[in-house]
Amino acid sequence: MSETILSVEDLHVWFDLPRGGVLHAVQGVSLSVDRGERFGLVGESGCGKTTTILAMMGLLPPNATVSGRVLLEGEDVLAEGERSARPHRWVDISMIFQGAMNALNPVQTVGAQILEPMELHGYATGVDARERAGTLLELVGIGRDRLDRFPHEFSGGMRQRAAIAMALACEPKVILADEPTTALDVMVQAQILGLLERLSEELGLTVILVTHDLPLVAHVCHRAAVMYGGILAEVGPMDALYHDPRHPYTRMLFSAVPDPTGESEVISIPGAPPRLDRPIPGCPFEPRCDRAFEPCSSVRPRQISLTDGREASCHLNDPALTEAS
Amino acid sequence: MNTTGDARILEVDDLVVRYPVARGLVGTLARRPKQQVHAVEGVSFTLRRGEMLALVGESGCGKTTTAQAVLRLVDADAGTITLQGQDISKTPRGQLRGLRRRVQIIYQDPYESLDPRFTVRRTVEEPMKIHKIGGDESERRERVAAALARVGLEPPDLFLERYPHELSGGQRQRVVVAASLVLEPELLVADEPVSMLDVSVRAGVLELFDALRRSGLAILMITHDLSTAAHYADRIAVMYLGRIVEEGPAKEVVNDPQHPYTKALMSVIPDADPRKRRTAQILSGETPNPVTVPPGCRFHPRCPLVASGRALEVGMEERCRGEDLGLAEVLPGHFAACHLAAPAQVSGA
Repeated sequence: MSETILSVEDLHVWFDLPRGGVLHAVQGVSLSVDRGERFGLVGESGCGKTTTILAMMGLLPPNATVSGRVLLEGEDVLAEGERSARPHRWVDISMIFQGAMNALNPVQTVGAQILEPMELHGYATGVDARERAGTLLELVGIGRDRLDRFPHEFSGGMRQRAAIAMALACEPKVILADEPTTALDVMVQAQILGLLERLSEELGLTVILVTHDLPLVAHVCHRAAVMYGGILAEVGPMDALYHDPRHPYTRMLFSAVPDPTGESEVISIPGAPPRLDRPIPGCPFEPRCDRAFEPCSSVRPRQISLTDGREASCHLNDPALTEAS
Repeated sequence: MNTTGDARILEVDDLVVRYPVARGLVGTLARRPKQQVHAVEGVSFTLRRGEMLALVGESGCGKTTTAQAVLRLVDADAGTITLQGQDISKTPRGQLRGLRRRVQIIYQDPYESLDPRFTVRRTVEEPMKIHKIGGDESERRERVAAALARVGLEPPDLFLERYPHELSGGQRQRVVVAASLVLEPELLVADEPVSMLDVSVRAGVLELFDALRRSGLAILMITHDLSTAAHYADRIAVMYLGRIVEEGPAKEVVNDPQHPYTKALMSVIPDADPRKRRTAQILSGETPNPVTVPPGCRFHPRCPLVASGRALEVGMEERCRGEDLGLAEVLPGHFAACHLAAPAQVSGA
């Protein structure tokens, strides 16, 4: 089972800002995802999670500079820019964009929009493609008789299902879902999450779920990475992240989320996320951290491997430092 | 009975709000029947001083329309809205300025509710100028500083001359709250007040609402998030298709829901603890269009009790399908609108 399908090695992304200056959005992220796994990428706005998956797709905007490697089945997607990314995009790795349900073309039928990537990538054409589009609609829980309908004839949940069908058009191995349920009601959210889980199991699909919503990730994913200020604070199995966090941000983020019984104490994290357009010498979380000590403001913590395949970027996990202080 | 002396700030009784559906030229020429969106169909609740009531439900359930009716931003088609003993549902629009001061609204998006050209000081001072209160300039300055301190923007001097773009999302929402507090409202309506904010700062803003509630304000919170409601509200009213289907003490509603809709909603709310996985009771389809409300109990076409045959078993299915119903007390102070919910035992009987 644990065969790596996608890995990111020391990824950095810088954006040139329109008024001068540079924003260091991703500051050295490494992670690997197994085939068939449901992996969560969690963090608050501006933490670099969406930038990370756009890099995986080779879809960063022209003002971005990238370093590091994104290996898809061992092949570096970033090596030669568009030339190395294009053959994989939508075919091996595809994406459900944030707000995808509102991004469908209103003057094209849903079927035509599912057909398009198939024909564009020479995956299927004509009757075959149409047949497959119908099968895809059924797979996401919509009758194939709806192929010739327009997006406005669909409810929000159905449009989101159609967007998932589009992402699945060329049978990708990895699907990146960026906040796939943000605009949806809880009941429809549950339906869509159930669909993603079912697809990952039936098709052996690898799903990377990007969201700010911790309970969502806890519900759907096997493992998750918690991002903060452009770095990866912690990676590990969901259960370990919740019950035995190794980075104070992970612990404090979980404490800031109300539970459905209304019983637990909810504590907000004081302060605000760091600005990434100026250099941060130490740990980006240090100003808000309740466990910060001497090296935290000046020394950038490395992403250290712990037991059980866990990793964390926090000096507290470094015995040499904690014993000395 | 003199209602001005007791703690009741707001009483909504049998509120009905309907919107006409545009037929378009073709529809009008073809004489298609006029249709209406039944946005709110007979909603009643009471809100007391120092109490927070959460109106919870999915989009289209009527929770925002209810709030807008309370604010008189939409007109009620029937029912009364009583603010401190005075029915405001029919007050002419021209005479609403007093109401506008006493009832304040906090919107979802603090990025859009603030004028980017106004400093914090001007944003918070402006409402006092509009309502011609707050005394002279130096008194107003003091009030602005006091309001900023009250919402946790301390020391106020640090924030007075800042512009919205220099503030974080949480700070912006605090400025919005400060700008309503200077008018000394009796009722605060908060429409999804934290859903645009980052998870780590949400709790801080909600704590602020909690502190305001404890200081005596009545707060009507509109939210889709039952977990937030469970933590901060005193009571929760769950809405479905224009009706309140369950209302009761907040923690009791989430931990011991009485209406099958609330039960289903609770079952699909994910918990951050992966060990606490519930069996999700996923309702099929989506909430029906409020233009064509189903007959009988409006929830019956999606109700698991009807689908599973449970309603038939207890001889209720016919009533579920044919008989509309209102809220009944099923536990002390806890109401549900379900033919199958057991009525509360009358004490002493």
